[in-house]
Amino acid sequence: MAATKQDTLGRLRETRVWQSVFRSGWGDSNLHRALAVQQNLFLHLFPAKMRRRSLDIGVTWYLGTLTLVAFFILVATGIPLMLYYHPSVPQAYADMKDLQFVVSAGVFLRNLHRWAAHAMVLLVFAHMARVFYRGAYRPPREFNWVVGVVLLLVTLFLSYTGYLLPWDQLAFWAITVGSNILSSVPVMGLKIRFLMLGGNTVNANALLRFYVLHCVILPLAAVAFIGVHFWRIRKDGGLYRDGHAAARAAESGEQRHG
Amino acid sequence: MAETPKFTTVADSDSRRTPVRVAFVTRRKSPHVKAVDDPEVMTYPETLLRVVVAGELLTLALVAISLLWNAPLEGLADPLLTPNPAKAPWYFLGLQELLHYFPPVVGGVLIPTMVVMALVVIPYFNVNVEADGIWTRNKTRRLRTLTVAVAVLGLGMLLLDVWAILAPTLGMAALMYWTAAGRAGGGGRVKRWLAGKPLPFWIMTWFLIEATVLTVIGTFFRGPGWSWVWPWRPQ
Ligand code: HEM
Repeated sequence: MAATKQDTLGRLRETRVWQSVFRSGWGDSNLHRALAVQQNLFLHLFPAKMRRRSLDIGVTWYLGTLTLVAFFILVATGIPLMLYYHPSVPQAYADMKDLQFVVSAGVFLRNLHRWAAHAMVLLVFAHMARVFYRGAYRPPREFNWVVGVVLLLVTLFLSYTGYLLPWDQLAFWAITVGSNILSSVPVMGLKIRFLMLGGNTVNANALLRFYVLHCVILPLAAVAFIGVHFWRIRKDGGLYRDGHAAARAAESGEQRHG
Repeated sequence: MAETPKFTTVADSDSRRTPVRVAFVTRRKSPHVKAVDDPEVMTYPETLLRVVVAGELLTLALVAISLLWNAPLEGLADPLLTPNPAKAPWYFLGLQELLHYFPPVVGGVLIPTMVVMALVVIPYFNVNVEADGIWTRNKTRRLRTLTVAVAVLGLGMLLLDVWAILAPTLGMAALMYWTAAGRAGGGGRVKRWLAGKPLPFWIMTWFLIEATVLTVIGTFFRGPGWSWVWPWRPQ
């Protein structure tokens, strides 16, 4: 490390305040690097060391990571959006117009939330496909695949409930089409739709229900399942490594020639 | 006890089923187990750096998109003014397209439920865990099953006039027959690559292609009354 950096940062790291926050201390050794991960609530979902090869872009394409980043962007833009939004009819639509014309950078905020939402849906599908084609769902990772399917559904519902909130024509009719599909469930269809919408058609009750689902229940569910998902990756022995690929290729080559 | 032990030639990599085996070391092969060279690195900073860079690239891309294109906002919701066509969000348009062909219980409930169930059970079925090429074992039986499956599905879709499902299915089947044809291990690079793919690869790929085709049709090729439109032709 450069001497000048050592001087300014180094002095900061010597203070009692810094040391009270980062207990593992600072140093240029692998022990310190390991502690930096292990002593941190969030980072300790990672192991202290990882296989070099599982970091290659060609393995995961970083699609799970990117899905998570899209989710972070959605939380970071969603909270400020909540400050300008009332889940009531027709105020919700007026709030969209305010975001457009009154709130500073309101359009940008809404755009980023919208496009990140589309990106997250795309990414979660892509991540699933990538995990599948790597065969990374194989035992002992079966359960984490199932957790993944739950996350896929949570992501779709998050996006779907958010779709109604602007209360414009697009939102209203998209949700109407979707909820009509639900009503064709045999026997309970109409009851399910009533439960979802708080009525027989998309109305102010539906908006409030979708708002609560979109801003509270589903994000909490997503955070919980993402937590389980990451914890299981570690418990299942880290990222799947296709160590047998080379052996298998060689083997099937033999069979063909033999 | 004069019976001679029976030897069968099998191609099997399951050590429980065939515990004893003879390996033939053929030309350009070696009995030496390829060393899996897989060193470890420190998560901090190696992994975290990559994660942060990946995240920043995605953020930059989304910020750029958000500066260039505005999120759609139409007029105030009006329950009395139904747009034609009324479309669900894009990721449900494949589903909406299915509803065009099948009764609601089938297209809207049965098929989606089956898809989710199928996704959940993937890792619990042994066919999905095995990793040999689809034609490596039981080739004749599997070819027969494929033919029956394609014939039943294809005929059904033909009768119901569902070309959006029929065409990709036939294309996929043709590709599978092609990889099965001729001498095992023969053919060009693409063919050999495909022949090494296990059964679940084929099922998932078929499913993803169908899902994409239906979604693209629902998104771009459907107009008023869910009629077929060409997106490049102005209405
Ligand atoms: C909110 C949604 C999701 C998030 C944030 C997420 C995040 C991640 C991350 C960061 C990883 C680490 C490696 C990688 O990037 O591939 C991972 C691995 C994994 N994911 Fe997801 N994921 C999500 C949804 C899904 C879905 C829908 C599935 C499948 C149905 C799935 C199945 C798996 C499996 C089996 C692994 C382990 C892969 C291995 O061991 O190599 N995940 N996930």
